[in-house]
Amino acid sequence: MPEAAKPRPQFRNIHVTQIAKYRLPLAGLISILHRISGLLMFLFLPFLLYLFDQSLASENTFDSIKEFSQSVVVKLIILVLVWAYLHHFLAGLRHLAMDLHVGLDKNAARNSAAGVLLISIPLAVLVGLKLFGVF
Amino acid sequence: MADNNNIGPKRLVVGAHYGLKDWLAQRVTAIIMAIYTVILLVKFFLAHDFSYEGWAGMFAEQWFKLVTFVVLLSLFYHAWTGMRDILMDYIKPVSVRLTLQVATVLWLVGCAGWAVQILWRV
Repeated sequence: MPEAAKPRPQFRNIHVTQIAKYRLPLAGLISILHRISGLLMFLFLPFLLYLFDQSLASENTFDSIKEFSQSVVVKLIILVLVWAYLHHFLAGLRHLAMDLHVGLDKNAARNSAAGVLLISIPLAVLVGLKLFGVF
Repeated sequence: MADNNNIGPKRLVVGAHYGLKDWLAQRVTAIIMAIYTVILLVKFFLAHDFSYEGWAGMFAEQWFKLVTFVVLLSLFYHAWTGMRDILMDYIKPVSVRLTLQVATVLWLVGCAGWAVQILWRV
């Protein structure tokens, strides 16, 4: 099949090194953050399962996890992962709505993208404050 | 065109036709996780203090173990579809991509085993 073997055009994705230089529209920003947050959670899966494991194993391990999460670094990691989860969750709901052809036009898509950011970041802060016992 | 896998004179049809299945699985697992997330988020904000008794008590119920397990399996499947997309987009050498894909699957299956141990030990 000589004709079918013709090389097909390739459309490469934006390379990681180019991300900073691209001026993405808001919906594009939400989209790449969806991917980054997903990857981040995948990479931190052993850490999260370890926390889950220790929190349930016994009262002693529960207390040591509480102790462990007192450090600022661990708090920061948890906060970033909370944000990643909430961003992924909200951007995912936006995707599901779009699958149902809701909010597909340019303005609605931009507004819902802004909505994801406006809810995910404060909600992550709120979860963090509650988790670290502020209220 | 004699070949069965050619549609038209130019187009070679390839693929395992898993695209739609994965697309759908990604959505279904997402909905399962979303429902669980909303319930847990509400429970979380209504909780007054986080004690071991309250936390472990929640997971002591068999039905809650099962629900959580199903949600975690959804998560692992969802993570697989997502990681597969990422690997297909950025890792071009087939040998490296295939190795990473196999490693991802094995790792996630291992995680499912770990999840069973965590949940049914309580």
